[in-house]
Amino acid sequence: MTDKVISCRELTKRFGDFYAVDKITFDVSKGEIFGFLGANGAGKTTAMRILCGLSFPTSGQATVAGYDVYTQQESIKKNIGYMSQKFSLYENLTVEENITFFGGVYGVPAATIKERSRQLISNLGLTNEAKKLVAGLPLGWKQKLAFSVAIFHEPKIVFLDEPTGGVDPVTRRQFWDMIYEAAANGITVFVTTHYMDEAEYCNRVTIMVDGKVEALDTPGNLKQQFNASSMDEVFYQLARRATRSAD
Amino acid sequence: MKYFTSWPAGLPGRPIKTTAMKQFLVFIRKEFFHVFRDRRTLLIMFGLPLVQIVLFGYALTSEVKNITLTVIDNSRDENSRQLVNKIRSSSYFVVDESSIDYNDVLAAFRKGSAKCALIFPAGFGNDLLHQGKAQIQILTDGSDPNTAKTVVNYISSITTAYQQEISRQRPLKYLIIPEPRMLYNEEGNGSLNFIPGVMALVLMIVCTALTSVSVVREKETGTMEILLVSPFKPLLVLIAKAVPYLILSLLNIIMILLLAVFVLNVTIKGSIILLFLESMLFIITCLSFGLMISNTTNSQQTALLLSMMGLMIPTMIFTGFMFPLENMPKIFQLISNLVPSRWYFLIIKAVMLKGLGFKYIWKETLVLLAMTLILLTIALKKFKTRLS
Amino acid sequence: MKVLGYLLQKEFKQIFRDKTILAMMFAMPTIQLIILPLAMNFDVKRINLAVVDHDHSTYSSRLINKINASGYFRLVAGAASFGEAIRYVETEKADVVLEIPQGFERNLVREGQQPLGISVDAINGTKAAIGGNYLLTVISDYNREIPVNANGFTKMNEIEITWSNWFNPLAEYRFYIVPAVLVLLLTLIGGFMSALNIVREKEAGTIEQINVTPIKKWQFISGKLIPFWVVGMIVFTLGLLIAWAVYGIWPVGSLLTIYAFAAIYLVALLGFGLLISTYTENQLQAMFVAFFFMMIFMLMSGLFTAVDSMPRWARIVANLTPVTHFIKVIRMVVLKGSSFADVGLEFAYLVGFAGVLNGWAIFNYRKTS
Repeated sequence: MTDKVISCRELTKRFGDFYAVDKITFDVSKGEIFGFLGANGAGKTTAMRILCGLSFPTSGQATVAGYDVYTQQESIKKNIGYMSQKFSLYENLTVEENITFFGGVYGVPAATIKERSRQLISNLGLTNEAKKLVAGLPLGWKQKLAFSVAIFHEPKIVFLDEPTGGVDPVTRRQFWDMIYEAAANGITVFVTTHYMDEAEYCNRVTIMVDGKVEALDTPGNLKQQFNASSMDEVFYQLARRATRSAD
Repeated sequence: MKYFTSWPAGLPGRPIKTTAMKQFLVFIRKEFFHVFRDRRTLLIMFGLPLVQIVLFGYALTSEVKNITLTVIDNSRDENSRQLVNKIRSSSYFVVDESSIDYNDVLAAFRKGSAKCALIFPAGFGNDLLHQGKAQIQILTDGSDPNTAKTVVNYISSITTAYQQEISRQRPLKYLIIPEPRMLYNEEGNGSLNFIPGVMALVLMIVCTALTSVSVVREKETGTMEILLVSPFKPLLVLIAKAVPYLILSLLNIIMILLLAVFVLNVTIKGSIILLFLESMLFIITCLSFGLMISNTTNSQQTALLLSMMGLMIPTMIFTGFMFPLENMPKIFQLISNLVPSRWYFLIIKAVMLKGLGFKYIWKETLVLLAMTLILLTIALKKFKTRLS
Repeated sequence: MKVLGYLLQKEFKQIFRDKTILAMMFAMPTIQLIILPLAMNFDVKRINLAVVDHDHSTYSSRLINKINASGYFRLVAGAASFGEAIRYVETEKADVVLEIPQGFERNLVREGQQPLGISVDAINGTKAAIGGNYLLTVISDYNREIPVNANGFTKMNEIEITWSNWFNPLAEYRFYIVPAVLVLLLTLIGGFMSALNIVREKEAGTIEQINVTPIKKWQFISGKLIPFWVVGMIVFTLGLLIAWAVYGIWPVGSLLTIYAFAAIYLVALLGFGLLISTYTENQLQAMFVAFFFMMIFMLMSGLFTAVDSMPRWARIVANLTPVTHFIKVIRMVVLKGSSFADVGLEFAYLVGFAGVLNGWAIFNYRKTS
């Protein structure tokens, strides 16, 4: 029985009459690559923010890395990594400075930061860029670096919010290689995306529609269940029923 | 955020029946939405002049009042008491005679518990009676020179009046009776300078800042490219950005004028139409200035720092409504000629407060016009080169 | 603590890499310290006078000469009619018009009285009052001297006034203004720049990245405020040096007192900037709100006009702002050498402000919403 690193029961987030997240229930096991799919406005980001400790749920239960999302947010934060589409790294700091900052903030000892940072930079092939400002890096490199920084402190779980937006297919492939490696090392990966081909790379996916979880299974099972040849089709079938769309 | 509130021309699904003008209006509408959704900024935009007018109208004054005057009367005779009473009954001073002596004055000044002291020597009345003259000593706290000078002036004039009273003099046989008349300010308001001043200051800073930020923001978020790819000429893009602020500023002026008329009881002596036309011109000048600033930077922060923090003090000073320009060093006076708000200030003063017509202000108007054209040309040129 | 160290490292690097901020921080003090004191002055120098002399008599010419010689006025025109003279006022070339009616001399001698018309441009109330007063003084002096009146004069008792202006013998305005401008500098940095910086992060979304880390609230806030505090103190020192180099003003009182005040004042203003950032969503809003308060502070704090002269309600408002207190204190310590004991109460006020503003701001800032 693998540990459950994320666990939600009837998790709900309500804004007035609007249910952004409506009684969602699921578990995520250690080392899983868990895909969180859905149209814009379906509630993915809201759900993720609750799990990251950025937002209080209105009702329901959830634990992340064993900590309660209502009362133990700071403990959650110590044990997770995060990378969002809106922001990855500080543009006006160098590659090295970004790594040092995030490493230090998560409590990685200085000597370890140095060593690990060197390795990381050389693995990414950024040795020549180490002292250059991140602003000067092409988007693909930025995203890869951002992911590496997000898992630098070896968290239990890493949350990725649409991490591959705007990036070319080759780089996306490389990015997913990095995700596989992290998962293999025991880091659970919780990723939201609307690239349906990426859904195929996940161990399990969940599809949110109008704040509710409408599907939760491996890609293979889902395709069978919906009689679809691709996740695209599965998604299309579910999303058609949606009554909400993003603003 | 929807950028197009009507179906843009060229996209499938709707017939292409829009004219360039209609498209332009769509654009302006979008800009209006941007502006009106930002309640806080709107609030400040209208709140600023409101607060300033209240402050200038009711709170600020360069007159000196309620000065605590410490009196050390070493003589305590009839004359000194009379003089002290005369001073006490003037509205300028609050007389404090809790006994301290000369040595304590320094400490009192340092503590801030006294601002000035008047000292009568022993035998004051005697000297006056028998020798025909006596001395008094005024000590002032020079850290506030304005008050210091004023204190001396007030005490001097009260003393002179007192002198005349006690001197046995025949009333003057022949009397010149001056009849002063306050021009342009029969209501007797303290100072009306500030109303055109506030108008100039607020418009200059707010219009410049808002326009420059509006343009730079699009650059920063990358949406500028979307706009430029649209079928509009760059000039129209810029104009569309400026239009909402033009209208808001005119509303602002209306508010200021209403305040002046109904709360401060000022009469607008000149032509309101002329007032509005000139204001429109000035607003356009400021908007052009904002556009020019927006060309110099891609970061909102810089645009804001430049157009608000950077402009604040120079505008306050060089417009000439807070401190007299003629007292400033020559170079400042020269610089002030380059500041549009200075010219607008003169124009509004002439039209609103003096009731003068266009023939008195055509020169200033011409200057504003020239400035606007120059600024617009520079702004556009730079904008175009940045595109390529 | 270590975390704070990393935060500070990042913040300092970011601030000093930003060219605009650096320019603002160093150009601003220099420019303001130089412009403001030179531009601010309250003296009314020469009043421009236009005279309409309908009488052309000895008396009228003498009056005009006396006025001219008084040094208060500059005779800009002798006009033939009131209408012509008013033209000068309309075009801002004259501030006062004196109209001497026909028959001035004759009427004075024959009927013992003669009204004299003075028209003053009252838009600038101060100038009008002063100009009017000067003119009245000269006229009343002249009145006494007219030959018809001069005989039969008894010598007036004279009260001679001696005046000592302490701490500033020549009553120079720069001593009044420069210390206050130093406070203004701190206000701009503490209030404006810190607010802008934090809101910028909010706008860009980078605050979320911080919220998701184990960085504690107090660490984040300190990480934001401390660098600007340091910058503020540097700018203040720079300002003091400029004040000394350009104006020859060096504090008479204790530097320690001044720095203590500057330190606590900065904390209060930074708290204010932080507070603004919790109520605004983007840089434009933050700047506008900060500007709004900055205007009020500047006008009400005694920088330009004395607080004591304000009506009671205005004085209360003025005393509710930290700016007023520091300006008061810095003038006291720099020019008069007031000791810490003298200004202890003010220090307590500033501590109070710092506490309230920062507390309020910290309360508002939440990592989880």
